[in-house]
Amino acid sequence: MPSYQMTVNGVDQEIEAEPNMPLLWVLRDLLGLVGTKFGCGIAQCGACTVHIDDIPMPACSVTVAAVAGRSVRTIEGLADGAQLHPLQKEWIAQDVAQCGYCQSGQLMSAAALLKRNPNPTDDDIDDAMAGSYCRCGTYIRIRSAIHSAASQMAANYVNAAEKKV
Amino acid sequence: MNMKLDRRSFLRVTSIAGGGFILSSVVPGALAEGSKAEAAVTSAELNAFIKVSSDGKITIYSANAEMGQGIKTTLPMIIAEELGARWEDVEVLQSPVNQELFGLQMAGGSTTVPRTWNQMRQMGASAREMFISAGSLVMELPREELKTQNSMVTHESGRSMTFGQLASLAAKQAVPDVETLEFKSREDYTIIGTSISGVDNLVIVTGTALFGIDTRVPDMLYAAYHKCPAIGGTVVSANIEEIKALPGIVDAFIVEGNDDPTELLDGIAIVGTNTFAVFDAKSKLKVKWDESDASTDSWTALVEQAKAKQSQRGDDEIVDKGDVRAAFANPDTTTIEAFYEYPFVAHLCMEPMNCTAHYKKGKGLLDDDTLEMWVPTQGPGRALSIADSMFGLGKDQVTVHQMRLGGSFGRRVYKEYIAEVIEISKRMEAPVKLTWTREDDIRHDFFRSGGFQSVKGAVDKQGKLVAFENHFFGMQHDGKPVSGSRFGANEFPILNIENAYASKTMFEIDIPCGPWRAPGSNTNAFVVQGFLDELAHAGGRDYLDFLLELMGEPRWFDEGNVRSLNTGRAAGVIKRAAKEAGWGRQMPTGRGLGLAFYLSHAGHIAEVAEVSVDANKKLTVHQVTVAVDVGPIINRSGAISQVQGAVIDGLSTMMAQKITFEKGRVQQSNFHDYPVLRMPDAPRVDVHFIESDYSPTGLGEPALPPLAPAVANAIFAASGHRVRKMPLVEEGYTM
Repeated sequence: MPSYQMTVNGVDQEIEAEPNMPLLWVLRDLLGLVGTKFGCGIAQCGACTVHIDDIPMPACSVTVAAVAGRSVRTIEGLADGAQLHPLQKEWIAQDVAQCGYCQSGQLMSAAALLKRNPNPTDDDIDDAMAGSYCRCGTYIRIRSAIHSAASQMAANYVNAAEKKV
Repeated sequence: MNMKLDRRSFLRVTSIAGGGFILSSVVPGALAEGSKAEAAVTSAELNAFIKVSSDGKITIYSANAEMGQGIKTTLPMIIAEELGARWEDVEVLQSPVNQELFGLQMAGGSTTVPRTWNQMRQMGASAREMFISAGSLVMELPREELKTQNSMVTHESGRSMTFGQLASLAAKQAVPDVETLEFKSREDYTIIGTSISGVDNLVIVTGTALFGIDTRVPDMLYAAYHKCPAIGGTVVSANIEEIKALPGIVDAFIVEGNDDPTELLDGIAIVGTNTFAVFDAKSKLKVKWDESDASTDSWTALVEQAKAKQSQRGDDEIVDKGDVRAAFANPDTTTIEAFYEYPFVAHLCMEPMNCTAHYKKGKGLLDDDTLEMWVPTQGPGRALSIADSMFGLGKDQVTVHQMRLGGSFGRRVYKEYIAEVIEISKRMEAPVKLTWTREDDIRHDFFRSGGFQSVKGAVDKQGKLVAFENHFFGMQHDGKPVSGSRFGANEFPILNIENAYASKTMFEIDIPCGPWRAPGSNTNAFVVQGFLDELAHAGGRDYLDFLLELMGEPRWFDEGNVRSLNTGRAAGVIKRAAKEAGWGRQMPTGRGLGLAFYLSHAGHIAEVAEVSVDANKKLTVHQVTVAVDVGPIINRSGAISQVQGAVIDGLSTMMAQKITFEKGRVQQSNFHDYPVLRMPDAPRVDVHFIESDYSPTGLGEPALPPLAPAVANAIFAASGHRVRKMPLVEEGYTM
């Protein structure tokens, strides 16, 4: 069986798998990273969203062969050690989740958005999040939590800059 | 002493239906000593919801399935409130599955809160009394002068002891008689009515294993199961040897079912070393099916049959009161008729059906077979019952782990996915996780049944409703109506008016149907509230006035039955929603407000939708204003979530979801042909609670039914087009 090198949440991994095995099942079944969810298998629902070289991608529709040599970040790697990402904190503070199943994908889509656009408008958020279904209908709180996290990150950035001065 | 024992036995007797508790302590032996000292108290005889350790940590067990309705947070809040705990000291754990200890472990029908409200309060209050007894002994103060707050027993002098300090002694105190327990009054609440973030939220946002599909046990194999696309088809042959030779495949075999879709249908099991291997192999299956006994159901045929009979009365009478024919014939009334249609829909839980089982063969005689299961289910008792009825395993042989559900909406009251994996694990003699593909999940659902209603009504010269008639077209299996396919004699507004007639025609189908968020209500609301709005317009009336006039004086329609209509509660939410939404204000062209009220699962709920419709039928739902009366709110955050979610779910379903079937085959398969509403199309949802003094009732379902008629009525107000068919895409609308 062929073997593929990749970095997952900062850890080098060597994966033995059929070349057409989607990254989703590499993560869930081979590496035991079950935070990335299976929703549809056809890149329609966003439940399996991960970052590949910082780009949000549906892990169900990217093969292991295509990820070889790349860097993957999953929900398990979103926090900085014990320090939760501001989005994770806001998700808890605003009690976003209902069933919670889609939220890994929602958080990864949102994290990618804030990385490229630290101060998104409602429309920016809608555009970035339109690929992620929530069957429970938590969209209102997701949008609100993204705004709050963005404000906090901006405030943290200012604080850090002041400390440097 | 006898008296005491009698009271205890009363507590035990009621414990299964809802009473009793135990306090235990981490101090070794404390409970055993207490048991001896207090004779009748043993852990085996009482429920076990609360544990307090000497370091002050309070563990509260949540016994029911969490599927997004928030019950795992809500019920422990009630216990913590009566106990006098500080929420920060509380850790909530999913309880083991043991219905003798915890009572009915079933979540569904928005029943969990009303069913367990007293039980949870008893748990907390009993434990509180035991802490007070312990505090009274240690502090040498009369117990009447003590109370609990912030996880302490306190006295007005300022003296206090923590729950942690008192835990071992409290566990030895007599269990109070349930009859003597007093509950806190609402104005003293410090936890109930506040917003508490869901107890699993940290686990959810960090992606830690939680759901059934996340189960991993040592040496676990992965399985897929392939059934006939036409319900009831059986396997003649399949390319099993080819499948077995594929990479990652451990075994493949034909399973002979029992022809019961709720248990085990014929299919092909594929077992491998990972999910991809079995899904990939499944796509390469070539099966010869025998469809001679399979379903031949056709949606288009049902539509034709209903339309052919729409001007007639139904086969069976539901209710006949007054004289509708005379009212319709009266030249002073205005009579209108309409034909409403709504489709079958799927549950579409984001977590597809799955289950993990480990069947271990025993060596015989004293070494029985055993079964351990990790089950995402609304009712773990059903996993036990199917292990017994189909596999002959008694309760002592089976361990069930209740897993969190990635959505359910009524879907996971069924147990066929459990039976499938038990069968496969038994054959493999290994732990197996069965995962359905999304295609399996949609095609082999227990659908919300579609149907039709041919309605007729009359208003008099003052625009008052004087007659209402309905011919309900429903679905049945073997002569029994499927879940939600009903129109009752107590359906609003039949009880409110003098002349009403309803009849039904039932179509026999094979397509499996089952409960789907607010069964029956989610379709009847669309028809009745839409048609009443039509009648209001026919009578030249404002729908708000028309609806309030129908409600009349405040009264219960069935005194003592909290699930019946209370016209006072109804009028309360109708007025509140209208006021908050600015009902009656001038709207620009192409923009309109629509109002609807519905009672379901004891929840009186009114919604006002504000929509715009452009010349190309592009629909924007700007805002939905909701007024809710389900009694006191327990977790405010969770309650708002349920309402927001129900509104978005209702809109999602109304907009574009429709399951069709021809020759017994479901024609949709995945999200590309069965779409869910996306974030850009989600409206603002403004939620208002009228916290009446009635006992609290459930909120998982009742906010959904009023959404569809509110939007349909708003579309009429905005555009003059009357929507009588769902989904809206079939009426030419887009978002």
